[in-house]
Amino acid sequence: MKITGAKMVIESLHEERVDTVFGYPGGAIMNVYDEIYKQNYFEHILNRHEQASIHAAEGYARSTGKVGVAIVTSGPGFTNAVTGLATAYMDSIPLVVISGQVPTAIIGTDGFQEIDAVGISRPCTKHNYLVNKIEDLPRIIKEAFHIARTGRPGPVHIDIPKDITAEVGNFEYPKEVNLPTYKPTVNYNKRQLKKAMIAISKAKKPLLYVGGGAILANCGHEIREFAKKTNIPVVETLMARGVMGHDNPLLMGMLGMHGEFSANMAAYETDLLISLGARFDDRVTGRLDEFASKAKVIHVDVDPASIEKLVKANYPIVGDLKVTVDGMLESLKDMELNDYSNWVALLKEYREKEPLRYIDSNTVIKPQWPIERVGKILGNKAIISTDVGQHQMWTAQFYPFSFPRQFITSGGLGTMGFGLPAAIGVAKGNPDKVSINFSGDGSILMNIQELMTCVQSNLPVINIVLNNNYLGMVRQWQTMFYENRLSETDLSIQPDFKMLVESFGGLGYRVTTKEEFDAALKDAVDKKRPAMIEVIVERNEEVLPMVPNGHALNEMTLIGDLNE
Amino acid sequence: MNNFNHYYDSETIRQVISVIVINEHNALSRIVGLFSARGYNIDSLTVAPITGSEYSRMTIVTTGDKRVIDQIVKQLNKLIPVLKVNEHKSVIEKETVLIKIPINQPISDVEVIARAYNGHIQNVTDDAIVISATDEPHRIANFTNIMINRFNPLEIVKSGVVAMER
Repeated sequence: MKITGAKMVIESLHEERVDTVFGYPGGAIMNVYDEIYKQNYFEHILNRHEQASIHAAEGYARSTGKVGVAIVTSGPGFTNAVTGLATAYMDSIPLVVISGQVPTAIIGTDGFQEIDAVGISRPCTKHNYLVNKIEDLPRIIKEAFHIARTGRPGPVHIDIPKDITAEVGNFEYPKEVNLPTYKPTVNYNKRQLKKAMIAISKAKKPLLYVGGGAILANCGHEIREFAKKTNIPVVETLMARGVMGHDNPLLMGMLGMHGEFSANMAAYETDLLISLGARFDDRVTGRLDEFASKAKVIHVDVDPASIEKLVKANYPIVGDLKVTVDGMLESLKDMELNDYSNWVALLKEYREKEPLRYIDSNTVIKPQWPIERVGKILGNKAIISTDVGQHQMWTAQFYPFSFPRQFITSGGLGTMGFGLPAAIGVAKGNPDKVSINFSGDGSILMNIQELMTCVQSNLPVINIVLNNNYLGMVRQWQTMFYENRLSETDLSIQPDFKMLVESFGGLGYRVTTKEEFDAALKDAVDKKRPAMIEVIVERNEEVLPMVPNGHALNEMTLIGDLNE
Repeated sequence: MNNFNHYYDSETIRQVISVIVINEHNALSRIVGLFSARGYNIDSLTVAPITGSEYSRMTIVTTGDKRVIDQIVKQLNKLIPVLKVNEHKSVIEKETVLIKIPINQPISDVEVIARAYNGHIQNVTDDAIVISATDEPHRIANFTNIMINRFNPLEIVKSGVVAMER
């Protein structure tokens, strides 16, 4: 079959069973967009900024587990997409991002809207391609999807010059990928696993330290099983929220800079840290040489480079996490374990003594309250996205997450402006759930134009903006570590958010009381339309507990230290 | 017990690494980009196609503590076009240097010293003589120093290291 390169793109996406594409057209990608107009394989969502297209594809990928797809044009179209690529790269999210490029004859001449896209995307993608010959195009797309979703997942970028999308060539989509240099390890080393299991059986205070890899590998069920059968307590990283379920008695909470007392003390006191798909990020470990300093380490990761990147692993295991945890479950059958109930009881005592909490108020809405409230009302009926800042940490702390892929957030890169477009991807990929985006008054303005996408594509994203008139997290650091010099963090000058969202054609609410909030939430959920609920909250609330930068996890500032 | 001391083995070592990589226009920039993005050193880098294959061999000389070297090898292995990464333990290393010396210097002295380092005079013009030497990298360093100290060279060009397992 002889077709154009542009048609090849469409046919290849169809072969990969892509049902949704996010993107924004432009000069160099017009041939592809012309074919998008003619096809009916997939739906195209028109974002209003290329960064948002990538985040929307991420929200789609993070919430559904499929590969997210976005298409952008050359030059500024592509450079706008870079923040999205970097966000996906840091959190290992499978994406295929296609960009247009100027015609091959123009490449290197500083042509109109030309940029060295593969040069720019190299450090923020798992792999990238510049298509030189039309014959390569189907193979490259096949490889891109394969690379994006296998091993440690990640974004893959394909840059296609305009003349290649116009050229006609023979199309046959490859059945198999032939990459002799790329063979990610799936199966763990059996001897190594056995040694690790013996260490578990001998430990007195073992701890499962679960990271975002657990979600990427779809092994929440297996990890819950393993914890239950062994009675080993569990702490989750930000990226692993939802793996255990909030009401699981073995969950000791989220650990890290804003982690729970019980979780951080568990990491401090454990004698065997069992790391499952976590990467020892500095926001998790605090001062590295004090992190789990009494423990030996079992480190399971699909990426060999993650093992011993930051900490020494006594029992390194490279393999797919689902396969490995299955193996761990299997080997439990002929093993005798210690009784860890005293250890679990100790941690529960910590949890009861110093639970996550905030001091509520009758005069002003505390920012934690709307998050808890949405959790009570919608619970597991909602998928929650966030932007980045205080509201993000409060959401991670106070929303009752009950299943993997329920919490969509930019963990590694910490991208403000992520939440709203990600929630668009969530809404598109999960029509049976309510797509909620918690944002702050700082973050929401970074991609506010995406309200137009929600309205045009009829995607009922509900944005809950916790407005404290501050760039809150930076303000908190300025208060705590810069003697309250609030340099450029006062955001008192603001748009009328209600009018703003209404001008886009969405539902706008401004609430200052709990009753108003409940009414607004109910109205927005019932009407199933794009909405923004602006909640005026306490200005000076801090995210607590907090481990100050450079301190160990057991050196936490607790809520009682500041407020009582 | 402290398993988490990042700096438990901070002795700096020199490591010769060879990387077998698919010949494609982006391959070199991927490798060099990895080093610069992660703050690793490249002391020398040579690259040439492997005869009769679609692969190239890069020989990289780098320095760092054991942890850094381990990371370099792992991160290189992660790159999609990389087939194989060898951390050489026992290698034959060779480097070539070309040195241009003004004609007014004592040519016989130049030649005698060059010969001690497996070197030869390659060319002589009215203005200058060019000598070359190929030897182990530390001997080439010695040779270059002697030439600089004694003969005021006009130009020095080094090839970088090539290496092969013994």
